[in-house]
Amino acid sequence: MKVFPRYREVWLLAAIVVLIGLISMRFPGFAAFGNLRQLFNDTSILMILALGQMVVILTRSIDLSMASNLCFTGMVVAMLNAAHPAIPIPLLIVIALLVGLVLGAINGFLVWRLNIPSIVVTLGTLTIYRGATFVISGGAWVNADQMSPDFIGLQRAAFLGIPVLSWIAILVIALFFLLMTRTALGRSIYAIGVNPTASVYAGIDVGRTKFIVFCISGMAAGLCGYLWISRYVIASVEVANGYELNIIAACVIGGISIAGGIGSVGGAVLGALFLGIISNALPVINISPFWQMAISGSAIILAVVLNARGERRQGRIILKKAEAA
Amino acid sequence: MTDTPAPRYIPDRLDKPLNAAIFSWEALLVAVAVAIFAVNSFASPYFLDVWSLSDLTFNFTEKALIALAMALLIISGEIDLSVAAIIALASTMMGMAMQAGAGTPVLVAIGILVGLGCGAFNGLLVTRLGLPSIVVTIGTMSLFRGIAFIVLGDQAYKGYPSSFAFFGQGYVWWVVSFELTLFLVAAVIYWFLLHRTSFGRRVFAIGNNPVAAQFSGVRVGRIKFILFCLTGLMAGIASVLITSRLGSTRPSIAQGYELEVITMVVLGGVSILGGAGSIVGVVLAAFIMGLVTFGLGLLNVPGIVMSIFIGLLLIIVIALPIVWRRVRRERLT
Repeated sequence: MKVFPRYREVWLLAAIVVLIGLISMRFPGFAAFGNLRQLFNDTSILMILALGQMVVILTRSIDLSMASNLCFTGMVVAMLNAAHPAIPIPLLIVIALLVGLVLGAINGFLVWRLNIPSIVVTLGTLTIYRGATFVISGGAWVNADQMSPDFIGLQRAAFLGIPVLSWIAILVIALFFLLMTRTALGRSIYAIGVNPTASVYAGIDVGRTKFIVFCISGMAAGLCGYLWISRYVIASVEVANGYELNIIAACVIGGISIAGGIGSVGGAVLGALFLGIISNALPVINISPFWQMAISGSAIILAVVLNARGERRQGRIILKKAEAA
Repeated sequence: MTDTPAPRYIPDRLDKPLNAAIFSWEALLVAVAVAIFAVNSFASPYFLDVWSLSDLTFNFTEKALIALAMALLIISGEIDLSVAAIIALASTMMGMAMQAGAGTPVLVAIGILVGLGCGAFNGLLVTRLGLPSIVVTIGTMSLFRGIAFIVLGDQAYKGYPSSFAFFGQGYVWWVVSFELTLFLVAAVIYWFLLHRTSFGRRVFAIGNNPVAAQFSGVRVGRIKFILFCLTGLMAGIASVLITSRLGSTRPSIAQGYELEVITMVVLGGVSILGGAGSIVGVVLAAFIMGLVTFGLGLLNVPGIVMSIFIGLLLIIVIALPIVWRRVRRERLT
């Protein structure tokens, strides 16, 4: 039992390899390098979002507003691009990060200063941010022909044979890896999730750290706002509607405990990849895409059942019999 | 839910009963409701009309029915995000039965039973396997709606029997719709269950401290299981109402309702951390949300902008007492 949680990511990786193996037994092209590269690219946005969500969940909080934040930020950069095509794309990305940061900071501030549970705060901002998208856009769409070629083309440009979008994802994964394993902030995030009270005694400012994690998830959502819009080349109020639950699902499949304190960068990435493979493989093996939702739902439940085996709280043995009754 | 609760502020002496009543959550909600009602009747000449007010109730009764059971579930420290998906699945099953030639009573029974079954499935996963309800129900949410998508794809069921239309469109007496009557009856039942029975006391006990409740002889798992079943049951009933009102079933039916239901519950003063809340608050919150969306609708405000008001209302109403308490505490010290 003890071994299981430690190597959770390895198990997930094995499941993914088996999954790819099974699919490629019938369709040899599936495991080809080109297709796997495409798969990674398709999943990049979900990975970045899942990493942002991960740091929030690790501190026993949750950010339901990420998809709305993405939608709002995407609309802002798309409208900026449509109105002023001269603004260089790197500057637009910085703007996207900043807008996302501000929206995340609003969440963080309410959680930190007013002590409102994060699920309530982000449930509120989930609707507010999406509504705000409608207000700034007046309900209009920004279409592909209004976007500049650079805006659309940047993430598609290949660098060393890999699209820029994938490189951005790789960069973000590396940054999160450094954050979680090599910085004091990363240690604090884990500490708060494991035991908030002990963290206070250890000198960690719990409120401020929670504020920071919401800023991080906000920035991740902001970055993905640009990436999403330039990938699907349409900005509307409906962008990523309901996607917040996919992000959480990726985290859960990746073994990040909703109770906080347990989870890793590798888990979040693999969880996102797993969902990506399912949505990618269904058309290949000729299953109607309408099956996708039910399959990922089953995968989530299965993942929770498996993960819970390692997470059971110890020290309640006295009541084991009473509990079973 | 997963947050750490704030340290409790314990006053030296309790407020006088009158003070307590004036500063209670329900009083705040009544004030908000009256204010919105007043603003609405000034803003639109069409608002103060019995038929307008009757129409108003249609846009919240279905969600409010679920909110009643969800309130108990959240008070016990759990949550169910799959309610909207249960509506979709139950509606799809009713559609299948309708195509097979089932009559109205069978359709209603199927809707309610599918809801109950889905709730029991959630309850089993949470209580038997000891899984966190928030993730379990995110999973079952995809699963239940996913099944609806598998069955229907991009198709829809239409052509429900005309007698079936009564549940979502019929009136019991003058302007009082069947939906509103059902909601009020259910509200009384849930009020009695939560505030006047030992079952209700146990629900509060579990929410405040599940371990202590267990040691006090409360069967925590069984009660939580019953609460999940009740929530599923109410979602099944809501599914009958919505399907009857719309007269058709699409797999995307009731999309996003789960968050509106939870907003209603939290706005009603139920602590998302469990252990506190009242049915009166939830009923008031349901009316407030109905008033806001309907009033803004009369002013031609698009639905998506209304959601800003609902979101702001949620955060402000939750934040106000916290800020106010803090100001008062600072003045005392």
